[in-house]
Amino acid sequence: MSPKNGYSSSGVTPRLAPADDAALRDAIRRGATRRQLLAWCGGLGLGAAAATPLIGSARAAVAETPQRGGKLRVAGATASTTETLDPARGTDSTDYSRHYMFYNGLTTLNEALAPQPTLATSFETNDATTWVVKLRSGVQFHDGSPLTAADVVYSLARHKDPATGSKVRAVAMQMADIKATGKNEVTITLSGPNSDLPVILGVSHFLIIKNGTKDFSTANGTGPFRCKSFEPGIRSIAVRNENYWKPGQPYLDEIEMVGIPDSAARVNAALSGDIQLAAAMPVAAARQLERAPGLKIMETKGGTYTNICMRLDQAPTDNLDLVLACKYLFDREQIRRTIFRNYAVIGNDQPIDPTNRYFAADLPQRPYDPEKAKFHLAKSGFGSSLSVTVSPAAFASEDIAQLWQQSAKAAGLDLTLRRVPADGYWTNQWMKHPVTFAATNARPTADLILSIYFKSDAPWNESGWKSPKFDQLLVAARGEQDHAKRKQMYADMQEMISNEAGVGIPVFRSVLDAHSDKLKGLRPVPLGNLMGYTFPDNVWLTA
Amino acid sequence: MRPALAVTGFLLKRLLFAAGTLLAVSLAVFAATEILPGDVAGAVLGQSATPEALAALRASMHLDLPASVRYLHWLGGMVTGDVGHSLVNNRPVSELIGSRLPNSLLLAGAATAFCVPIGLLLGICSAMRPTSVFDRVTSVATLSIVAVPEFFIGTLAVLVFAVNLRWFPALTLSPRIDSVEGFFRSMTLPVLSLSGIIIAQIMRMTRAALLDVLRRPYVEMARLKGVVGARLVLFYALPNALGPIANALALSLSHLLGGAIIIETIFNFPGLAKLLVDAVSTRDMPLVQACTMLFCLAYLILGTLADIAGMLANPRLRAS
Repeated sequence: MSPKNGYSSSGVTPRLAPADDAALRDAIRRGATRRQLLAWCGGLGLGAAAATPLIGSARAAVAETPQRGGKLRVAGATASTTETLDPARGTDSTDYSRHYMFYNGLTTLNEALAPQPTLATSFETNDATTWVVKLRSGVQFHDGSPLTAADVVYSLARHKDPATGSKVRAVAMQMADIKATGKNEVTITLSGPNSDLPVILGVSHFLIIKNGTKDFSTANGTGPFRCKSFEPGIRSIAVRNENYWKPGQPYLDEIEMVGIPDSAARVNAALSGDIQLAAAMPVAAARQLERAPGLKIMETKGGTYTNICMRLDQAPTDNLDLVLACKYLFDREQIRRTIFRNYAVIGNDQPIDPTNRYFAADLPQRPYDPEKAKFHLAKSGFGSSLSVTVSPAAFASEDIAQLWQQSAKAAGLDLTLRRVPADGYWTNQWMKHPVTFAATNARPTADLILSIYFKSDAPWNESGWKSPKFDQLLVAARGEQDHAKRKQMYADMQEMISNEAGVGIPVFRSVLDAHSDKLKGLRPVPLGNLMGYTFPDNVWLTA
Repeated sequence: MRPALAVTGFLLKRLLFAAGTLLAVSLAVFAATEILPGDVAGAVLGQSATPEALAALRASMHLDLPASVRYLHWLGGMVTGDVGHSLVNNRPVSELIGSRLPNSLLLAGAATAFCVPIGLLLGICSAMRPTSVFDRVTSVATLSIVAVPEFFIGTLAVLVFAVNLRWFPALTLSPRIDSVEGFFRSMTLPVLSLSGIIIAQIMRMTRAALLDVLRRPYVEMARLKGVVGARLVLFYALPNALGPIANALALSLSHLLGGAIIIETIFNFPGLAKLLVDAVSTRDMPLVQACTMLFCLAYLILGTLADIAGMLANPRLRAS
């Protein structure tokens, strides 16, 4: 039984002396019952009527003040033998979360995806090309050795070696030169100006490892937890790093992380209380989870989307009118409501979502408009059936395609769905046919999304869209240090993509996590599940 | 020939045969993994695979060598006792299997200990009184159980006993053997979900084998001489039926080691079946090979044991 926090007395709220207040909070943390607390307040001469609001506000304060101790069991949404403790090779959310337990980055991204100094204390540059990074001193690796510039140089430079198998090699290649220019100073010279460097270095792949590390059977990082055990595809156990450089952190004693790929099993584990934090809840289970006592749902909005790739270099989608007709035939509202149960944000056929600071809010929203679609369809002269490739590899693609198929009938466009298995989809199907589906995870910067998926010579230019004007604008915006100017450039690029590229983005879907109401400190970070994977040194458990 | 000698000779023959089978299976599995589209480098890089990154990663994994060279290299390692390293995460295959094998053995062992006595007992009782009410009820019940898929039983068990009643955990993250209570908490639901079909299979096979024997003339003879009831079934009919029963048992049980994929998925049970599925989906050849070798070996051993049991139980085979 917990007293209501919104108690209003007749104007006079009794207050406790700071020492008594601290003692009261302490008692609550140790799990004192209401009866015991009332008795304790009685000892201070307070009756139940006066003590109740005091206990209530102390309880609320305790819930908001981080507490040390406790063991957290977390379920990621994937489990595979590909799991690794090598940050460069991290493949999925289970890997990323684990990496944030054991390692730190030079920066960490906050709720607005702005970089916060972490192992770096400052990033200095005049031209966005040469960056001087000052490192935090007094930071220790788990083996006791101090963090030095050599560790940072090694950690960053190895991404460029193809044998590393780094997931971010393409991004890392712009770091033309990385060298130590002091014991605690690294100078990074880019091949061209990029104002986003501190943001890019905040993602999990760029976490810092010990100089020369080749063996990743365990993790030697500077992170909040030490690796006690790691079995790929099964679990990891992380225990508190007592020498962590953030004072008082981490709060938890231990984190056990398991991967539960089966979403029904994950939901059941959360419902039965076996797991206190579970990633990637299916929207179909959201209502059931919200109703369950002791459970909460956290919605993280962001730039994750499932999109349609219409190849502009293959018939019949090399006709822009046909492409536009297709885009006008998404009933985005229906897709959001039926497939994602409103846990999604309407998209506008461009990849920058509203949580991004460069989102073009002024760009008119493309509606579901069968009349306009008919007009473009007639202009294109396309009369036969359009084959659409869907696969479980691209999240919810079959559901979206089915709704699209229905709503396209209004304009007389006939879509046939071609279902292919997830196995080998990205190698053998994706972008290989005129119309395929793809799925993309949120990226930390507008520049990354646009460079990876829309630059003319990008390997994953999904619609084969070539625009020299866009490419110039992209490079110019990357080096631009004036925020207002940069924002206008990104707005122009979003308009170009929405109107010219062959990519259809009906909605940005939110990701849902379920957690015990005893777990505090979680906040959505638009990068992905579990606080953008950075929950390990931010959360605590209340009694 | 004395029974011991007969069994030894039989074992030697079986050993040679087993080595040949393993070799053939390893070749077939290797060929099948080669035919599958995509390779381990593609699986590791996933959506982020560019042709250049793929080529580099392939070279670092020696995937650029011809298939025959890679197979012989793997075989050479196997013969000298080195099962190799996983291509995906570079950990020793023996370590990956070693962390899961005890779990799978535990599951298989617990399920065996639970299912075999029940299945045999039900089968024998049914065979003793065919077409009785008991026989009909068990027949209908077991047939219905066989018809219900494991994933349905498993999911239902989780919903009832873990989510609603909270008697057992929904997951078996680590099978526990350190305490009786821990063992029952972690293993009850997986074993129960598995057991329905296994008990049903054993029961049906036992019943069919026994009934077949009970129709033979020598049983008729025994019956005419006044042997009836349990004595007739247990001492006259059962020894001759043990061969087929043991073989059916072996088939059911070897399935437990590597075929419990549905149960492993529902309960997130860290067993070998999931490891093999993972290995195939990432095209991790050394791991696929090691897992299939292990399963094949389990089949061979259990099959051999079943044959020996059949030989020892059968007076005529024992004599020849």
